[in-house]
Amino acid sequence: MPKVPGLLKGLGVTFAAIVQTTKPKRLGGGAATVQYPHVKEAPPTRARGVIALREENCTVCMLCARSCPDWCIYIEGHKEKAPPRRAGGKPRTVSALDRFDIDYALCMYCGICVEVCPFDALFWSPEYEYSEPHIADLLHDKSKLGLWMETVPEAPELEVGADKKKK
Amino acid sequence: MTAVSDRRQLAYIASQAADARVNVELETEGMTLNIGPQHPATHGTLRIVARLDGEQVVSADPICGYMHRGYEKLTEVRSFPQVTTLVNRIDWLGSFANEVPFILAAEKLMGIEAPPRAQYIRTILFELSRIANVSLFLGDMGVQLGALTAVFYAFRDREYVLNQIEAATGGRFHPNFDRIGGLKDDLPKGWIAETRACMDKMRTFCDLMEDLLVGNEIFAERTRGIGVIPRDVALSYGLSGANLRASGVDFDLRRDQRLPMAWDKAEWKVWTHPDGDSFARYWVRLQEVRESTRIVDQLLDSLPSGPVMAKVPRIIKVPEGEAWVSTENPLGEMGYYVVSKGDTGPFRVKIRSASFNNIAVASWVLKGTFVPDVITILASLYFILGDIDR
Amino acid sequence: MTTLAVVIPYWGQSILRSLGVAAAVLLPAGTAVYVYLFKMVSFMQSRLGPMEAGPYGSMQLFAEVGKFLQKEDLIPRGADRRIFKLAPIVVVATVFLVYVPIPFGPFAVFGSYDTGIFLALAVSSISVLGILMAGWSSANKYSLMGGLRAAGQLLAYELPMVLAVVGVVIQAGTLNLQGIVAAQHSEKIFGWGGIGYPYVVTQFVGLAVFLIAAQAELTQTPFDMPIAESELVAGYMTEYSGFRFLLFFIGEFAAAGAFAALASTLFLGGWALPWVSLSNHWMNVVGPLVLFTKMMLVMFVIFWVRFTYPRLREDQLQRFAWKVLIPITLANIVVTAVVKVVF
Repeated sequence: MPKVPGLLKGLGVTFAAIVQTTKPKRLGGGAATVQYPHVKEAPPTRARGVIALREENCTVCMLCARSCPDWCIYIEGHKEKAPPRRAGGKPRTVSALDRFDIDYALCMYCGICVEVCPFDALFWSPEYEYSEPHIADLLHDKSKLGLWMETVPEAPELEVGADKKKK
Repeated sequence: MTAVSDRRQLAYIASQAADARVNVELETEGMTLNIGPQHPATHGTLRIVARLDGEQVVSADPICGYMHRGYEKLTEVRSFPQVTTLVNRIDWLGSFANEVPFILAAEKLMGIEAPPRAQYIRTILFELSRIANVSLFLGDMGVQLGALTAVFYAFRDREYVLNQIEAATGGRFHPNFDRIGGLKDDLPKGWIAETRACMDKMRTFCDLMEDLLVGNEIFAERTRGIGVIPRDVALSYGLSGANLRASGVDFDLRRDQRLPMAWDKAEWKVWTHPDGDSFARYWVRLQEVRESTRIVDQLLDSLPSGPVMAKVPRIIKVPEGEAWVSTENPLGEMGYYVVSKGDTGPFRVKIRSASFNNIAVASWVLKGTFVPDVITILASLYFILGDIDR
Repeated sequence: MTTLAVVIPYWGQSILRSLGVAAAVLLPAGTAVYVYLFKMVSFMQSRLGPMEAGPYGSMQLFAEVGKFLQKEDLIPRGADRRIFKLAPIVVVATVFLVYVPIPFGPFAVFGSYDTGIFLALAVSSISVLGILMAGWSSANKYSLMGGLRAAGQLLAYELPMVLAVVGVVIQAGTLNLQGIVAAQHSEKIFGWGGIGYPYVVTQFVGLAVFLIAAQAELTQTPFDMPIAESELVAGYMTEYSGFRFLLFFIGEFAAAGAFAALASTLFLGGWALPWVSLSNHWMNVVGPLVLFTKMMLVMFVIFWVRFTYPRLREDQLQRFAWKVLIPITLANIVVTAVVKVVF
């Protein structure tokens, strides 16, 4: 014959949950549900939502395309002649970026490309609402990646005890 | 903490005998039942071919491989940071814990150690992924037994832990935060205070699970004395983690092994249970979650300051050699055997995952049980398919 | 026959009765589904439940009905077609029949029989056949196991239910449900007639056993081995989809309403309010509302228990029914009979 108290305590737990959920918000109640899309939670600053490209910093070094585990970054560039830095010097060759596509259908959101870029051309942004009905539209080209730059937040302040020196 | 009573065991044996008598009298043919690979109860695509006699299982063979993703082959053509990313996805619920033994093996080959702050933060994140993983188990066991509300509390309270992991690393499920030589980044401001609050919430969750399930008499009826794995069988099958500790073996790699991590900087206890039944496995994991919250609290209090990355070259070429590192992951003992030929990537990685060995005992322990008990036992062994199949 | 201002021919009355039964069955079932299945269980699990279909998700049930109606009618290849199609109809029809003897007011009753409660219990046990038919004809091993488990379980829990009711019958002195309501209304507890004499006061053991047995008859947790979601997917209902599944669904909640109505009538006083006379014609309108409220309270307990507890294993279920519940109810009958004779 099973003892009763444990069974009653279980009922008490679920009843307390009903009370907690139906209590009005100002008394500290409410469900754990966030009713998206009417209410949107803000992701943390470091959340890996989408990758943004700052085109002027990119030198077409191809490090990001090479280090991507999925090989989802497509880069094409060409070399151009630029005027010399000082009068009387040789003309310089600079790389110009023709195509920089990231295929978000393949992207693993690992962040290796952002980390490996030596010129700070790639940034993380917490934006996540860019799903498309057609999978081909998930290939974001240079201009779209440049638009994401507007959503890139400032890097968060670090905790106490962290080394102040930035790499 | 009582041992399974003899009366309960006798009752179970009596009901098995009664069922067998009916089967003999009716002289029915046995039935072969495929539990899975598509099934709500197997945590993923596991297939168990069970030969039934009435409601009793005559033999049960687990067949895995439906989720094999070819990890060890994938690692042959990728560099160390890329492998770190991939390896997150083996045990996807406690994902930071998968990166750590791999990175430690690479650091062992290079002969470097991460700075103390990095070791502490690594341990804290490791324990956070343990809490995230095992708290889901606490709710999931309820679902397998029919108590649907338990898993919702687990998901709700686990969100706090995932939010903390996301605030620090940027990814809730796949942090990809460990690097050879330390960590990718330091913690953001306010993280320590928030994580302390989160640990309080997880302790409340553990008390909730205790009231809802552990104290429940029906739960006790369904799990006590079910799926008893004696100590020697557990050791011979290579069980690890909470499964082993629930059979009475006092073995925890966090304490019994010297690794460059911060477990020895905190006071904590290894929980064991003498029974070896499904209830013991649940109980041990419940206590382990509580213990993990205490470890995190202590490490947060004593977190040293300093850099989080050692001096490593930009392009890391790991010197030639072989290294094996295993850690006490949420699911059990997980280890990596890394063979390097001096490249930027490993030559060969062998992944020893805990669930693969844990599921091997299924064919032994499921013999003679009833079909509902099959579900209970599989739930209590707690495997993740990604961990079995890799 | 009640006297109204208008004379309605017999066929008109039959149509009214059929519509009335449909309303009496579907309204509590629908309300129970919304309030308890969608909302209460959601609040228990710290979530909100359906909120988009209609204000606070009130139209969700209609959306679901619409969804089920437009699904493909699948019958598995190896299934016994005729029995497969008949099974949900058997289950739903028996549930409708249980509502027939339940009184909703002094004259608002579909059929007043002298053996009312006996009829209700007998008819409710026919649904076991429907479940067995569904399990067997589905050509699916999981459904078969669910059906077999259901057969054993439902037969086992019929007995405690009937025996729990016997105590009430002894106290009331009649099997007629209208008579039982009248007895609860008119009698007094130790000379005080304030709330009448709902039999829950003395038959609390009977009410508890009745509710436990009802939980088992409805195959709800902790007795939901036949459906056991995590093992058998959906037990005997696995192969049913679309309208046929909708019939099972309605049958399940209508049966919950039926047992709740029986429990309210037998133990809580039924449609009668103690301070209102039994023959007051307004009770034909207010009575159903009163009974509905009591049914909601009983169903709250049924669903509260359903979503909190894990399930018992089949042999533990059977042991509980045969070795625990039946001796308790037999003792209850003996005590009731002795007290009735002595006092």
